[in-house]
Amino acid sequence: MYDVIVIGAGVTGAAIARELSRYEYAGKTAVLERASDICEGTSKANSGIVHAGHDAEPGTLKARLNVLGNRKMEQLSRELDFSFKKNGTLVLCFDEKDRDKLRRLLEKGQQNGVEGLRIIEVQELRAMEPNISDEAVAALYAPAGGIVCPFGLTIALAENACENGVEFHLNTEVLQIERTQEGYLLKTSKGVFESRIVVNAAGLYADALHNMVSERKLNIIPRKGEYCLFDKSAGSYVSHTIFQLPTRYGKGVLVTPTVHGNLMMGPTAVDIEDKEGTNTTGEGLGDLLKRGGLSIQRVPEEKVITSFAGLRAHESSGDFVIGEVEGAPGFIDVAGIESPGLTCAPAIGEYVAEIVQELLPVPKKADFKVHRQGIRAMADADEGERKELIAKNPAYANIICRCELVTEGEIMDAIHRPLGATTLDGVKRRTRAGMGRCQSGFCAPKTVEILARELGTDVGEITKSGGESRFLTGYDKEDIGSA
Amino acid sequence: MEKAEGLERKSGLEREDGSERKDGFEKTEGLDKRELICVRCPVGCMLTVTVREDGTLDVKGNSCGRGEEYARKELTDPTRIVTTTVRVRGGRQAVVPVKTRYDIPKGKVMECIEALKEVEAEAPIFLGEVILSDAAGTGVDVVATKSVERTADN
Amino acid sequence: MDKKADILIVGGGPAGLAAAVAARKDGIENVLVLERDEELGGILNQCIHNGFGLHTFKEELTGPEYAQRYISQAEALGIPCLLHTIVVDISAEKDKKLVTAMNKKDGLFTIEAKAVVLAMGCRERSRGALNIPGYRPAGIYSAGTAQHYVNIEGRMPGKEVVILGSGDIGLIMARRMTLEGAKVKLVAELMPYSGGLKRNIVQCLEDYNIPLKLSHTVIHIDGKERVKGVTVAEVDNNRKPIPGTEEYISCDTLLLSCGLIPENELSAGLGVALNPVTAGPVVNESLETSVEGVFACGNVLHVHDLVDHVSEESYAAGEHAAAYVKEKRSVRAETVAIKCEGGVRYTVPSLLRVEYMEKEQVVRFRVGNVYRNVFLTVYFNDKIVIKQKKRVLLPGEMEQIKLKKSELEKFSDLKSITISIEEE
Repeated sequence: MYDVIVIGAGVTGAAIARELSRYEYAGKTAVLERASDICEGTSKANSGIVHAGHDAEPGTLKARLNVLGNRKMEQLSRELDFSFKKNGTLVLCFDEKDRDKLRRLLEKGQQNGVEGLRIIEVQELRAMEPNISDEAVAALYAPAGGIVCPFGLTIALAENACENGVEFHLNTEVLQIERTQEGYLLKTSKGVFESRIVVNAAGLYADALHNMVSERKLNIIPRKGEYCLFDKSAGSYVSHTIFQLPTRYGKGVLVTPTVHGNLMMGPTAVDIEDKEGTNTTGEGLGDLLKRGGLSIQRVPEEKVITSFAGLRAHESSGDFVIGEVEGAPGFIDVAGIESPGLTCAPAIGEYVAEIVQELLPVPKKADFKVHRQGIRAMADADEGERKELIAKNPAYANIICRCELVTEGEIMDAIHRPLGATTLDGVKRRTRAGMGRCQSGFCAPKTVEILARELGTDVGEITKSGGESRFLTGYDKEDIGSA
Repeated sequence: MEKAEGLERKSGLEREDGSERKDGFEKTEGLDKRELICVRCPVGCMLTVTVREDGTLDVKGNSCGRGEEYARKELTDPTRIVTTTVRVRGGRQAVVPVKTRYDIPKGKVMECIEALKEVEAEAPIFLGEVILSDAAGTGVDVVATKSVERTADN
Repeated sequence: MDKKADILIVGGGPAGLAAAVAARKDGIENVLVLERDEELGGILNQCIHNGFGLHTFKEELTGPEYAQRYISQAEALGIPCLLHTIVVDISAEKDKKLVTAMNKKDGLFTIEAKAVVLAMGCRERSRGALNIPGYRPAGIYSAGTAQHYVNIEGRMPGKEVVILGSGDIGLIMARRMTLEGAKVKLVAELMPYSGGLKRNIVQCLEDYNIPLKLSHTVIHIDGKERVKGVTVAEVDNNRKPIPGTEEYISCDTLLLSCGLIPENELSAGLGVALNPVTAGPVVNESLETSVEGVFACGNVLHVHDLVDHVSEESYAAGEHAAAYVKEKRSVRAETVAIKCEGGVRYTVPSLLRVEYMEKEQVVRFRVGNVYRNVFLTVYFNDKIVIKQKKRVLLPGEMEQIKLKKSELEKFSDLKSITISIEEE
């Protein structure tokens, strides 16, 4: 019997798990995740923006948690050692007629409690961003806005929760939920779990789980967002995160540097039906480059290194749905966590932990480990640190990913740390091996080999991202002469 | 480029004057004519081969002697050098690259591969070492094209 | 472990080895080669097909055999090579270069060199750069990655294959995968002509009845975990898919062979000027980059079709580096630019100091389109000095022209050299 089970190991589930791990539950706490790794859903494919908080309607849960989450991010990044940068955001206005909209945005932000917001004129704007489009006439500047590595944040939260005693069950899909005397029985692909309290942080599938215990149905709509990522040589094209007021092409897309020094553009916003529809489309990418191009002088199209699509969990009500489900005591929904969900995650974690406390009050742990040490990256290390790392493990002198300068030592760390990587994508998200301009062309075979060696298995068993995503299909000449 | 029916026709193998290459023989003034691309070296000369009435060949378009030799072979006895790999036991590499020492009849290529499927070479292997003699009854040996050291723990 | 070298060579593939051998033969005692892999030979080790060496050795060798010829030469000359050693940074201070490298045995160390030869080779264009819409499942490989698996590991990356791009590695892999038991269903090429050598189209595709569709591309990748199929469509003159021509082809593997890009991260870090067309360093007749005493050769300079040309060019780079170390050539010598016109995309070298050129200077170049029955013309200032009839010029096949020092010296007021393709 578990005290609390969180369903879903995305950024929301991980943040909740970390907050829960501060408490001294008598029973066990766990996170169940259907994918083979943490951070495999919406959390892995989003803008990585720490929103200042001027977008959400004042008075909504979204508005409150956004501003709270934003304020917590810097401290959290120090505690958990993930990449975060407060680079500030700009919302561009392209038409004098739209100044009202810009002012309204400013007022909304001020009502929400966003600090430092102001409208800047074109001269100041150009000084801040020399490559900004000539069409821009003014902008809303939010110095509180920032950028974060979404994998870094999610994985850090989960690892820290794990170190503080939360169990993580991967490849564990919840198939059925039954109410019991003391709580809920979760029938999963990996057996049955029983828990007093269930937190539903299942992202796109939060409606399906909710609907298993409630008559008042939720409806999560997958809203597709396509992105293009550009080479680091284009990374300093802009320094702030640049939004647009809605334009003649519809809702704007953003152009931003990433914390790792790439340039990124996205997302589009198209409601679809397939919750697994994370494919990019020709129309989407074309549309994206056109709309993103409105913000800047020129889109460095030749520097696109990859494109991807993510699905936001949009709930029809428009606001986050967080709280105990009516008629299902001990079942807490954390649903509809679309943008700015990543920003809100630290605040959502605390908020949900408080709800759980009300239901099952326990004292805080005396020995909670606040800090988590990330993977030491050779790319960011100075000469002294590099020598120190190599002295500790000579594998740090063996570069596997040339583009991002990731060594065997870092990959070994990624595999052996708590909730370690078991897949190629898992290594990629933890170390950046394969995220560079060659997009794993050179390093994939080497990374696969290290994974197989460290996990004590054959390279043929290693997958890209779990399931049937194996890299190899057999041996040379296996199918020769057999027909 | 002109669009033509069929996939093979879209292979980009046009004559240098821009016209489509003719596959097979073409009767011209009582002579058999055929167009070939010499593959003996990467230059890829476009050869025009005419079979004279006495059966001898007239090769045009070649820039070296190998072109004529290639045309003759390609028309009378097409051959290929086969390169593949063979599994290694106790070596620092899982497989060793090999080749047929000389070219073998084109029709024997797959048979040669099938024969090599059954072969496992014991390390150490030296460049030039015979891995399979008389491959597929061609009389041609298959040799290693790289040395493979034995693993230390073997 | 900090070292010194007269000439430090970054890369122990065919380019680096040829440069090392040349420099050593020219009397430079302290030549050092740094190779990131565990063995010398570079990418040739996985190019197990034959067709190498006809120009250099007058016989047809496989990649590993060709590499071994140079490895043996380097060994015979006693040239030290540090394997499994990666260069992380190069910096230049006037006449000395500092190369920071690391390996498992020696850790992080610095080598001070008088001259550096860049011979890092190239890498393949990735799917991302091509931006193919669809899912991101397993089963999408660059042709070179597939080549590594099949030829080095003895493992198959797939059973039913579609290849996008008709670059040489893709063509070679079509045959390799077929011989190893896979079904290669199609090679699709975006351009109306193949980027590969004719001989490879004949030997790798025609021999095995593998269809090649020109002016076609992959417009969608299907399959969430592993590739299930791709949608291929014909493209118009602007390389945009033509609606109605879509065709779904089931497969478990998509190989990408869409060209190679010189790998110049280290060069850029050093401040070497790069040519946006080749993505390689801008060099003069001595294959010296914009940074004095830093030379470049092989595929890091521009992508070659034939390793024989790589060896030849790199041998020259080694000789020039040796001359630099011995003579201290002046960078201030009169420099003439070689300009490209009428379809010539680039030349290597693109700068010429007549004073330092050999009797004959090989200028290599590529064209941007298929040209038939044209003249290849060379101008010194405005005067035509060479006019050669060319029956065919192809983008996939590198061309070269030789300039004579004696003719250049006749021009006392030489301002520019122009290489152009002209109609009759």
